[in-house]
Amino acid sequence: MSTLALRQERRDEGVVEPAQLARAWDTPPGLLGALASANHKQIATRYIVTAFVFFALAGMLALLMRLQLATPEAHVLGPDLYNQVFTVHGSTMMFLFAVPVMQAMALYLVPLMVGTRNVAFPRLNAFGYWTYLIGGLLLWGSFLLNVGPDAGWFSYVPLAGPAYAPGKRADVWAQVITFTELAALVGAIEVVVTAVKMRAPGMSLERVPLLVWAMLVTAVMVVFAMPAVMVGSTMLAMDRLVDTHFFNPAEGGDVLLWQHLFWFFGHPEVYIIFIPATGFVSSIVSTFARRPIVGYPAMVLSLIATGFLGFSLWVHHMFATGLPRIGASFFSAASLLIAIPSGVQIFCWLATLRTGRVVVRAPLLFVCAFIAIFVVGGLTGVMVALVPLDLQVHDTFFVVAHLHYVLIGGAVFPLLGALHFWLPKMTGRMPSERLGRWAVAVLFVGFNLTFFPMHQLGLAGMPRRVYTYLPETGWGRLNFLATVGAGLLAVGVLLFLANVAWTLRHGAPAGDDPWGGDTLEWSTPSPPPSYNFAALPVVHDRHPLWSVAPPGAVVGLGRREVLITEAIDATPDHRHALDGPSLWPFLTAIAVGIGVIVAIFTPWGVTLGAVLVTITLTGWFWPHRPAVEPGR
Amino acid sequence: MSAKVLDVSALPPRAFGARSALWWGVLGLVAIEGTALAMVVGAALYLRQGGDGWPPPGTPLPRLTAATINVLLLVASSALMWMVALDARRRRRVPVAVGLVLMTVVGLASIVLRGFELAALGCRWDAGAYASTVWLLLGMHATHLIGATVENGLLAAVIIGPVDPKHYVDAHSNGLYWYFVAGADVVLYLLVFVWPRWA
Repeated sequence: MSTLALRQERRDEGVVEPAQLARAWDTPPGLLGALASANHKQIATRYIVTAFVFFALAGMLALLMRLQLATPEAHVLGPDLYNQVFTVHGSTMMFLFAVPVMQAMALYLVPLMVGTRNVAFPRLNAFGYWTYLIGGLLLWGSFLLNVGPDAGWFSYVPLAGPAYAPGKRADVWAQVITFTELAALVGAIEVVVTAVKMRAPGMSLERVPLLVWAMLVTAVMVVFAMPAVMVGSTMLAMDRLVDTHFFNPAEGGDVLLWQHLFWFFGHPEVYIIFIPATGFVSSIVSTFARRPIVGYPAMVLSLIATGFLGFSLWVHHMFATGLPRIGASFFSAASLLIAIPSGVQIFCWLATLRTGRVVVRAPLLFVCAFIAIFVVGGLTGVMVALVPLDLQVHDTFFVVAHLHYVLIGGAVFPLLGALHFWLPKMTGRMPSERLGRWAVAVLFVGFNLTFFPMHQLGLAGMPRRVYTYLPETGWGRLNFLATVGAGLLAVGVLLFLANVAWTLRHGAPAGDDPWGGDTLEWSTPSPPPSYNFAALPVVHDRHPLWSVAPPGAVVGLGRREVLITEAIDATPDHRHALDGPSLWPFLTAIAVGIGVIVAIFTPWGVTLGAVLVTITLTGWFWPHRPAVEPGR
Repeated sequence: MSAKVLDVSALPPRAFGARSALWWGVLGLVAIEGTALAMVVGAALYLRQGGDGWPPPGTPLPRLTAATINVLLLVASSALMWMVALDARRRRRVPVAVGLVLMTVVGLASIVLRGFELAALGCRWDAGAYASTVWLLLGMHATHLIGATVENGLLAAVIIGPVDPKHYVDAHSNGLYWYFVAGADVVLYLLVFVWPRWA
């Protein structure tokens, strides 16, 4: 009787005890529980770990290529295997590492930063991860069976079409795209809806952390970019499997259509990888400069401008295809234009560092390495945006150097910095500062040693994607240097991973906010509990943890409820019960997997997949409880 | 209780339209599928520009009857879907259930009509780039049609059976998707069936 009265009183106060929250939000134990998990942190962690496994595998392929190219006429890899190796390296890095790992960081951080308990559609999120995993296993399983794609990560027709690519290699590539883009689109919807509708009361748009802005812009770009490559790869698969003629000039098709569809996705893809990194950089710079980022409105507008301009550059990948001059000029101008918002961001970070009270820690060193490398990559970007120069260096190692400066410099360095930065939050333990500094230093030297010589090799005419070269070319010395650099780069990655392992075993307890960050994730325990916040926060300005008035608390929510707020001003709108763990997303991903993989061999795979998915979706959406008001 | 506490227990446990998270999710789905469709439409414009006729010589113009009936049916059915959405807002169980059953029937009829439309194209998908493109356009849209119909059917079953109030939000948001499917069919009708008669 007295317990009942007490519970009644608590309910009146609207406070839910942490133990009750844990019961409502914890993942069920055991293997089935793990497969059913819908917790954003668990799913994001799986994404990050899986993505790094693929990163390591693709990195080993890179080492194999460097060994093959270290000396003229080497025999480490034959031409056929070399083709598979560079294709699987590129496809893995782009589709299984870069995009997923950035989205994974968003799926981990965005709900915490906006102050809610999970992403908007927790089960869909789980489905996204399983789909991605199946896609990755398909690519690597095929590669190990010698059916790895071999037409390059952009799988150009006619080389990848039915006439020149017999066998199933190009089909595997096309279906890997289906899986990974599906997962990316799912992740994007999660981020958009979570960032737009689930922000803490008071977090109006002008108070949204820059990282969340970056992730939101990225997610919107994914929504409009990924469908292009899905359509393209579907057409390619159909040309190969059911004799359609989209890319067959003999029957009214057009091979350049492929390049348009691919690069309409492929160029925004670069920004889909880079913009999240700007979010990491903003968080790290602001924390270690001990002040807000200079020019918040300029930063946000730059992000949005980059998001738009990213869609108007795709043709600069096609300058060598004989397009009309006037078209090339337009895309050349647009390519130069996009350097402006990126430049604005660089200057804002530099100004923040210049005017702050800088504390040098390993994450900030990663950021410094990023700025140096990315500026070089940006400058070579301006160079290849110019048609005459592009025609000269197209398909040479100059482009290989440029894209690695942009992608490793622009994304991997900030990502590693971000992992070092948020590792205390994710694991509850502090990484080693010394190991972190060694990692940055070795990575920085190794990176430049590997890729800087490639600029010269490209200018000297060394083509990319050719498995060897003659001694008379004189490219041997720089290639050898690049291979030494690649070895050093690998040591740097190992140092970083060793630091993660060390942190998990020996790291000192981190506490809630070891770096003195300003955003809401630092107000939770480390690692955050399954429900993130004991009480959902209410914020009063842009830097809730640096504010004179600390965040307030939301009361009156049911155990499984979150607060849905208005899109612009984040005023509370209604309560919303989120779905919990379920096995159906996993089963649905398996159903999709069966359908898509069978479709490599017969079009009936599509029918089979549709039937299986209808069954699993019915299970997914079928209500388990009779009509009750949820969650109170 | 201190002033820093915000009590939200008086807020409703769900909301409809742009206030709900689900509506934004459906909007995202529409954006994705709309972009994909726009890409195929773009491909059609691109291929037509380069080919030697749309349809090429020897391929008949697509026949209009089935497609015309289907586009009119889909546009008219949007009014019914709108009524379902209105009733869902008011949580009127019987009208919502009846409306969703009717929408499922409409969807099935539209899928059958799509079969006749494909036959009315007068060419197989492997006859050339024109044929491949029109088959892909109608086929892609058919998958959206099938998806929307399965969803309407499932929701009808749920609302007749073990209804949870949140399913009214589902039914309401489904309206948004249906308007997209109907609107997209207008575009496809003009592109696949009307446009070749102009040039």
